[in-house]
Amino acid sequence: MNHSIEELLIATIAEFLYGLKHIAVGVLSPIPGSAALLAKVRSEEVKKVSIIGSTQEPYRLDGGVDLFDCAGQGRVDAFFLSGGQIDGQANVNLTGIGAYPKQETRWSGAFGSAYLYFLVPRVILFREEHSRRVFVPKVDFISAPGVSAPNIYRPGGPYALVTPLCQFLFDRNKKQFFLKSIHQGHTLEEVHDNTGFDFEVPETIPITAAPTKKTLKLIREKVAPVIADPYPDFAKKCWPNH
Amino acid sequence: MNSSIVSLSEMAKQIKNGHKVVLFKDCSVPMELGRTLIKQGTKDLHLVTVPTGSMLPDMLIGAGCVATVETSGVSLGEFGLAPQFGSAVKSGRIKILDATCPAIYAGLQAAEKGLPFIPLRGLIGSDVLKNREDFRVIDNPFMENDPIVVLPAIAPDVAIFHAGMADVYGNVYIARQAELKIISHAATKTLVTVEEIVDFNILEQPELAPAALSAMYVDGIALVPNGAWPLNLPGYYDYDRSSIKAYAVAAENDSSFKTWLETQNSSSKVNSH
Repeated sequence: MNHSIEELLIATIAEFLYGLKHIAVGVLSPIPGSAALLAKVRSEEVKKVSIIGSTQEPYRLDGGVDLFDCAGQGRVDAFFLSGGQIDGQANVNLTGIGAYPKQETRWSGAFGSAYLYFLVPRVILFREEHSRRVFVPKVDFISAPGVSAPNIYRPGGPYALVTPLCQFLFDRNKKQFFLKSIHQGHTLEEVHDNTGFDFEVPETIPITAAPTKKTLKLIREKVAPVIADPYPDFAKKCWPNH
Repeated sequence: MNSSIVSLSEMAKQIKNGHKVVLFKDCSVPMELGRTLIKQGTKDLHLVTVPTGSMLPDMLIGAGCVATVETSGVSLGEFGLAPQFGSAVKSGRIKILDATCPAIYAGLQAAEKGLPFIPLRGLIGSDVLKNREDFRVIDNPFMENDPIVVLPAIAPDVAIFHAGMADVYGNVYIARQAELKIISHAATKTLVTVEEIVDFNILEQPELAPAALSAMYVDGIALVPNGAWPLNLPGYYDYDRSSIKAYAVAAENDSSFKTWLETQNSSSKVNSH
C-alpha cells in the first residue's frame, strides 16, 4: 500500500509513544499530533492525548496551566518540540538568529520549551526541514538546553529526533545523537550533507520500517478525522478523500 | 444597573500610558478595545501576554503603543510569524522580556496569592534565564544541592479580555477560559468587553457559576458585539481567516501596515459585521 511522507513520519513517531499514559501535543504540530492519536488507537495504555488547539472534549486541556502542572508532577510522558535551529547537543532555538536581543531574525519565542524539556521524560524533536540551516553545530540562542549538569532537577529531556530523511535517538550520557534509521530512498551521504552537527552511525544502518497496511488504515480512518479539528488544512492536504 | 458598565471609549481611557497590561492568548482577545487604544494614542504600555500573543500585541506594537513586551512568544500561528513584533525587537524599538509559558503563569499566580515570588523548575542553562535579570537561581531551602529558579510576581495594572456574557450585577461568564480568572486576580483592575449583558445573576445559575468571574474582580464592562473580531469567540463566532491573512500580509512592512491601520481607523468593521 502506498503511503505519503507524512504517513511515514506519523507511524515512525508513534513507535516512541506506545504504552505511555499521557501524550501532550503543542501548537503547530499536526504530524506529532497524528502520531499521538495513532498511539492511542493502537495502545490501550495510552489514557490521554492532549492536543493544544483541539476543541474536542477528550483532547482538550483544562487551560494552559493544566499542561504545565501535569508536567511538573511527572504526569506528561511525552511531548514534542521543534526549533528554528537544533544542534548536536539537542539545544533548541525557538527565539531567533543573531546577537540577542536585537536579533537579525526574530522568531516567536521559547513558548513552553524552557520548562517542558526538563520535565517530560520523552521529548521527541521533530522538524519537517532537514537542512544545515536547521541542524547547526551550535544554536545562536538556547531557548531550552538539551542537557544539564547532574545536580539540575531534570527527569525529562530529548529522546529522539525525526526528520523527513531519517530518525536519531539521543544519548543523554554521551550528549550526542545516534542515527537509528534512514527512510527509504535516502542515503547516509544525504543525511551528512544536510546535517551541520556530528552524530554516531551504527555499523549497519536500517531502513525505517514503512507503515503497514493496518497502520495506514488506522491513520486514515481513525486519526485523520480527529486531527482535522485543530488542523483542517493539514488533514485536507494529506487525506483529500477522507 | 451596575456602575461598572461603561462605554468602550470610557473603558479605554482607564488604560493609561505606561500601564502594565495583561492579555490572554486566545478565545477572548479584546480586539476592538485594542483598536480603541490605538485610536486614543496610548503609549509606552508594558504588555504581558499569557502565555503567548498573536495579532493584538503585534498590532499594538506596530501602532507604537508598546514600550515593553513580556512574553513566551508572539506569533500569528498558522498565519506565520508576527511581523511587527519581529521588526520592533530587531530594531530595539521595544524592550523584550522573554519568558517561558509556565513562568508567565507562575508569576501571575504568585500575584494572585499575594506572594512576592514563586519557584519554577526548568530554565537553568537556557539563554532565556541568562537574559532575565529579574529571574534568580536559589538553593532549594529544603534540600541540598538542588538549584531552582525563582521568579518575581507579575502584578499588572490592568487585565483586559473579551467574553461572551456579563450580567447587570457586574459578573462575567468566562466559559472554558479558566486562565482569565488568574489574570483578573493578579491585576489591580480588570476591564472586560462582552457580546451581551444579561439581566439575570450569573452567579445564581448553577451551570454558569463555576465558570464565572465575580464582580468583585471586575472594574469595567463594555458592551461590544463582535469585540474579538477578526479573532474567534467560542459559542459566538469563528476566526475571520481572510481578515487575519490580510493582516499578516499587510504587517510584513511598515508602509502597508500603516495603510492597513488607517483603514481600521476609518471603518471599524465591528458594528456592521
